[in-house]
Amino acid sequence: MFAAAAVALVFLLLPIVAIFARVSPETLVAQLSHPVVTDALILSLKTSAIAQVLVLLVGTPAAYVLATRRFPGRWLAVVLVELPLVLPPAVAGIGLIAAFGRLGLLGGTLDALGIRLGLTQAAVVIAVAYVSSPFYVRQAIAAFEAVDSDLVAAARTLGSGRTRTFFRVVLPLARRGLAAGEALSFARGLGEFGATIMFAGSLQGVTQTLPLAIYSAFALDFTTALALSALLVVVSGALLVALRITLQWQPSRPTSRFLYAPSR
Amino acid sequence: MATLQADFTVPLRAFALELELDVSRTVALVGPSGAGKTSILRVIAGLLAPSRGRVSLDGERWLDTEQGLSLPPERRRVGLVFQDYALFPHLTVSGNVAFGAGGRAVDELLERFRIAHLASAHPGELSGGERQRVALARALARKPSVLLLDEPLAALDTHTKSEVRHELAELLRELALPTLLVTHDYEDAAALADEVGVLVEGRLRQLGPPAELVARPRDAFVASFTGANLLRGRARRGEGALTAIRLESGEDLYSADEVEGDVGVVVYPWEVSIARAHTPEADSALNVVRGQVGSLVEVANRVRVRVGPVTAEVTAASAARLELEAGGIAYATFKATGTRLVPL
Repeated sequence: MFAAAAVALVFLLLPIVAIFARVSPETLVAQLSHPVVTDALILSLKTSAIAQVLVLLVGTPAAYVLATRRFPGRWLAVVLVELPLVLPPAVAGIGLIAAFGRLGLLGGTLDALGIRLGLTQAAVVIAVAYVSSPFYVRQAIAAFEAVDSDLVAAARTLGSGRTRTFFRVVLPLARRGLAAGEALSFARGLGEFGATIMFAGSLQGVTQTLPLAIYSAFALDFTTALALSALLVVVSGALLVALRITLQWQPSRPTSRFLYAPSR
Repeated sequence: MATLQADFTVPLRAFALELELDVSRTVALVGPSGAGKTSILRVIAGLLAPSRGRVSLDGERWLDTEQGLSLPPERRRVGLVFQDYALFPHLTVSGNVAFGAGGRAVDELLERFRIAHLASAHPGELSGGERQRVALARALARKPSVLLLDEPLAALDTHTKSEVRHELAELLRELALPTLLVTHDYEDAAALADEVGVLVEGRLRQLGPPAELVARPRDAFVASFTGANLLRGRARRGEGALTAIRLESGEDLYSADEVEGDVGVVVYPWEVSIARAHTPEADSALNVVRGQVGSLVEVANRVRVRVGPVTAEVTAASAARLELEAGGIAYATFKATGTRLVPL
C-alpha cells in the first residue's frame, strides 16, 4: 500500500521535478525579462482574472438557483452546466468558432454590433471562461446544497429578505466549497490551451497565453519552453497556496447542527 | 391579548393536513411524528404555502389564498424556534441574537437569558440547554407578535429537560404572547400550554385544557396519547347503574359511564393500585386485573409497574414495601368511577 502511494507520488511529481532540475533559478529570472515571456505572463494573468470574475458573477447565482430550486428539466440544466468538463478542448474550440466566429451562429449579430472577437483578448477570455466554469459551478452547487435549509428559513423568519439572507447566511456557510471550486476553475483556466489556440489564435502580446507560448517556444527552443513551464508551475502553485492561506485565515466552524457540546 | 387565526389545508405525502385554530394564549399541538406538526408552524411563519387557507393576526392578514395574498416570512411578525434551534454556526452567540434585532438591546436579552458570558462563543461550543436559550433570545430579539416553538424540549437530555421545561413555562407566562408549540410529548404539552390539541394524521382529534383531555378523552387515541391504559372490550348494561365490560381476555370490568358495544376502557396509571393479594370483601375497588409483573420503571420518586395489560404508578416507597419484582403475580385494582369508556 505504501509502495503504491510512493509510486503514485513519484509519478506525479517527477515531471515537475524534471523541469526544475533543468532550469536554474538564474535562467528563470533571466527569462522573466524576455518580452515573449512577460507578454504571455501578463496576458495569462489578465485574461484569467477577467474570466474568473465572469465565472463568479454569473456562476454563483446560477449555481444557487440550481442548488435550491426544484423545477422540471433541472437535471438537464445540471448536465449542460457540466458538459464543458467532458468536452475535448478541441471540440470546445470548434464549438466557440461555430457560435461566435465571423461565420458563426452569432457572427452576424456581433458584426452588426461592431464586435470582432477573432484574435482578441476577449476571445481568450471567452475560451477560458467556457472551459473552466464547470469546475466552479459544479462545486458551487454542492456547496449551496450543503447549507442547511433550516438556517435559511431561520434567517427569513428573523426579518431578512432573500438578498440579505444570501449574503449573511448562505454565502458565509458555502464559502469554503466556493473557494475550492474557484481554485480548481482558476487553475484549469490558467492552463487552458486547446480551445484558446483554436478560437483566439496564438498572437504574441494579444492572445498568446503562457501555455500557448510554451507550445510555440517548444518548436524553436526547448530551454525557453522549459523556463516558461517552470514559470507556469510557480504561478499556479503560488495561487493555490495563496488561496489556502486566505481560507485558513478565518478559522473554520462546525456547520453541522447535530454536533453538540456535552451538557454542562 | 392578540389572537392568531389560522385555517388552512396542506396536502402532505400520505394525507391532507386540515386545521382551524385560534391562538391567543399558549396552545400545544401534540401528535405522533409525521402528524404534520412542523408543517403547521411553517405555514404560519410563511415558509410553506398551503393549498388553501387564511392566516391573520388581529385582523392583519398574512395569508389569504383566495385573495392571492401571502406575506413573505420576513414580513410576518413571528418568532420561530426550530427543533434543532438552527443557530447560525458562523456567528457568535451575540451575532445570532443580533441577527434579527435591528439595533435593539441585544445585551439586555443576553442578560435575561443568562447567556451574556457566552456572547463571543460559537454555537458549536454550547450545550443543548444553552443553545435553546440562544434560540429563544434570537427569536424574541425581533419583538415578535406570535411565538412558534417546534419541539422545544426534544433536543435536550432528560436531566436538563425538566429544568428547562419549568423555565420555559415561566417565560411563556411572562411574555403573554399568542404561542403555538408542537411536541410529541403529552407531558411537555400539558406542562407548558393552557390548551392542548391532539393531532393525528393532519386532523385535530380534540382540543381543550389538559385537565379536560384527561377527564373526558374523546376517543381511544386521545386517551392513550395522554398516558392512559387502554383495554379493549365489549360493554353491556349490567347490575345497577354500572356498565360491565367483558375484556378480550375474559375478565369483567365495571364503569360508571353508560355505553354499549365495542369500547375502550380508559384508566390512568395514577388511579391504579397494586396489591400482592386480593380479598374482594375488603376492597371498595370493583375492578381487579390479576397478572404477572412485567416491568418496573422508576420515574423520579415514583415507579411505573406493569401488571398484565395495565400500567400503574405507585410511590417508590410502596413499590419497595410490596417487594415487587418482575415475573411475580400481582393485582391491579381501580375504581369503577375512575374508569372511562371511549368508542373504539
